[in-house]
Amino acid sequence: MVGIVGYGSYLPRYRIKVEEIARQWGRDPETVKRGLLLKEKTVPGMDEDTITISFEAARNALKRAGIDPSEIGALYIGSESHPYAVKPSGTVVAEALGIVPNVHIADYEFACKAGTEAMFVAYGLVKAGLVKYAMGIGSDTSQGAPGDALEFSASAGGSAFILGADGVVAEVLDTFSYTTDTPDFWRREGAFYPLHGGRFTGAPAYFKHILGAGNAILEKSGYKASDFAYAIFHMPNGKFPLTVGKQLGFTKEQLEPGWIVPLMGNTYSGSSPTGFSATLDIAKPTDLILLVSFGSGAGSDAFIFKVTDRINEVRDKAEKVKDMLENNRIYLNYGEYAKFRGKIIMNE
Amino acid sequence: MKEVAVIGCGMTKFGELWDKSLRDMFVEAALQAIDDAHVDKIDSMYVGAMTPGLFVGQEHIGALMADYLGAAPIPALRVESACCSGGMSVRMGFFDIASGNSDIVLCGGVEKMTDGADVTYALATAADQEYEVYHGVTFPGLYAMIANAHMYRYGTTREQLAAVSVKNHHNGSLNPKAQFQSEITIEQVIKATLVADPLTVLDSSPVSDGAACVILASMEIAKKLQKPCIKIIGTGAATDSLALDKREDITTLKAVEVSAESSYKMAGVKPTDVSLAEVHDCFSIAEICIIEELGFIEKGKGGPFTEQGHTSLSGKIPVNPSGGLKSKGHPVGATGVAQVVEVVEQLRGNAGKRQVKNAKIGLTQNMGGSGASSVVHIFSI
Repeated sequence: MVGIVGYGSYLPRYRIKVEEIARQWGRDPETVKRGLLLKEKTVPGMDEDTITISFEAARNALKRAGIDPSEIGALYIGSESHPYAVKPSGTVVAEALGIVPNVHIADYEFACKAGTEAMFVAYGLVKAGLVKYAMGIGSDTSQGAPGDALEFSASAGGSAFILGADGVVAEVLDTFSYTTDTPDFWRREGAFYPLHGGRFTGAPAYFKHILGAGNAILEKSGYKASDFAYAIFHMPNGKFPLTVGKQLGFTKEQLEPGWIVPLMGNTYSGSSPTGFSATLDIAKPTDLILLVSFGSGAGSDAFIFKVTDRINEVRDKAEKVKDMLENNRIYLNYGEYAKFRGKIIMNE
Repeated sequence: MKEVAVIGCGMTKFGELWDKSLRDMFVEAALQAIDDAHVDKIDSMYVGAMTPGLFVGQEHIGALMADYLGAAPIPALRVESACCSGGMSVRMGFFDIASGNSDIVLCGGVEKMTDGADVTYALATAADQEYEVYHGVTFPGLYAMIANAHMYRYGTTREQLAAVSVKNHHNGSLNPKAQFQSEITIEQVIKATLVADPLTVLDSSPVSDGAACVILASMEIAKKLQKPCIKIIGTGAATDSLALDKREDITTLKAVEVSAESSYKMAGVKPTDVSLAEVHDCFSIAEICIIEELGFIEKGKGGPFTEQGHTSLSGKIPVNPSGGLKSKGHPVGATGVAQVVEVVEQLRGNAGKRQVKNAKIGLTQNMGGSGASSVVHIFSI
């Protein structure tokens, strides 16, 4: 049995409310909240980035896995906000966790699905028997241009998953990936903020790929939507995952535990992985869970997990996503937010 | 002048057609129309389009569409009059045949609006750049000013404006080619996202892709085809100032009134003779002003007239049985031709669930900008 042996998440304490961003740009907050189904989003502290978030999430995953870090043979971080254009994030995280030097490391980028990519490759290596344990991380300090609709959602956070064959808490029963060349959202080398195709990011991008991967994995595995206890779909805003879930035959109750976007925002590569982490926090043994990510450009990775008895032993060994979302919040005004996000141009 | 008939029509579904290009859509609609008309040649063609140059970077589309349709080397011309480019394309085709120059003409309209262009900017180029746009005005803003003036002067209510959209969405729900096929309520319209006070997003026509084409022929040719042909008995066009501030009264769309008068005169019919009308409801207030200018109801009473259901499918004068621009969609250059397609289908008795009973005379009204150009056609069986 190959699956997840440890999982963990990290969300920064800082928040900004939709009202505060709307006020800054003269937008009607109620219209934005109703349109996007968002309330607030996480903001990285001034000393936080993809590397620190990945480290914190990985440390929580190690607490739950209870394994010796040096036994991890591969570590992959998926993000679209790696602090360096050249120089891996993974080496810093692996060094800090005590995983180096006998380890394979790579950084991934595929818009919002780089996290599930890291998980998929980690799963493949363990299943092939090349490594004992492998860690896949999805983590971001997402970018959204000031005044753009993305600014209401682009947030910070991430989750880490250790794949292995001993002490599994959620077995991987099946996977499926669905990918096409669809330019719905992009950021060119050197550009500070991403650009996107507005409504083109909807039907021909998000919905086409999630439905493509979701329908295919259901057909391949023979499961129906009603067989699952929970499902998680990438959360660029509040509405899209509820809509696509309904189209695939899932109820609001099945989506609820992983639908954390109203308080978290869109943590890009960390979005659906953190929704999955929040779902594991409350899942019961034998529960089936469907996870489908989406990354612009565009593609979706789908996974079917089956929760094991060991979930009850590990879930309390690290902080849960709901507690991170609801406790110890520090609210920022737009000026502080602009400073935290490096939007103010300073003298050298 | 020779008599002119519509012998074929076709249109794409309207909506966000992500997998179809400008030329794909036009050729699809044109082939449908040619097939419907059962003709094997076209003498010339006209293509209505507002601004394909700004929307997709393509001008010179008369020749482009003739080539992609396989119709070159026939003469082909792009016709532009902002949002009434499509209606003007039909008018050009009418004169081409009436003058004896051509026997069979294809009149089409097309617009590809969802390819990433700044749509609000592109549409605003149909307003007066120096006197309006320079100062920050957009089309929703201009129509909101008309709405506010109409409400102030005539007591038109917010609910009456909403009744236009509710009625048109009901009709669109019966039209398989409409962009939106769902019913909405007065409350939903009023509580929707505000665009320009008092107009909300549900008072406003959407951004759409689509194409529509009709085949016109001289009556001698049409009769030989032994197919139901719909006669064009009136055509009228008129202009007004682009800028609202140059008009004596911004609640009056003078170009609509004048184009209707000349079309009625040519056709020899009165407003009460009209069985149904397709009009340019780019915003809810526009339909209220237009039905007043067309003489369906006296000036200032368009709001209550709509609210009382007189413009519904079973009302005194059904207006926008297709769903109108609001529900069917508004790919600007295609709109005027799609109105003709709807009237032809209604007069042929082919309109399915939205069929207007005893439809004998149909009218189309298509306008550009905030009413600076307008074209009205009248059709009969």
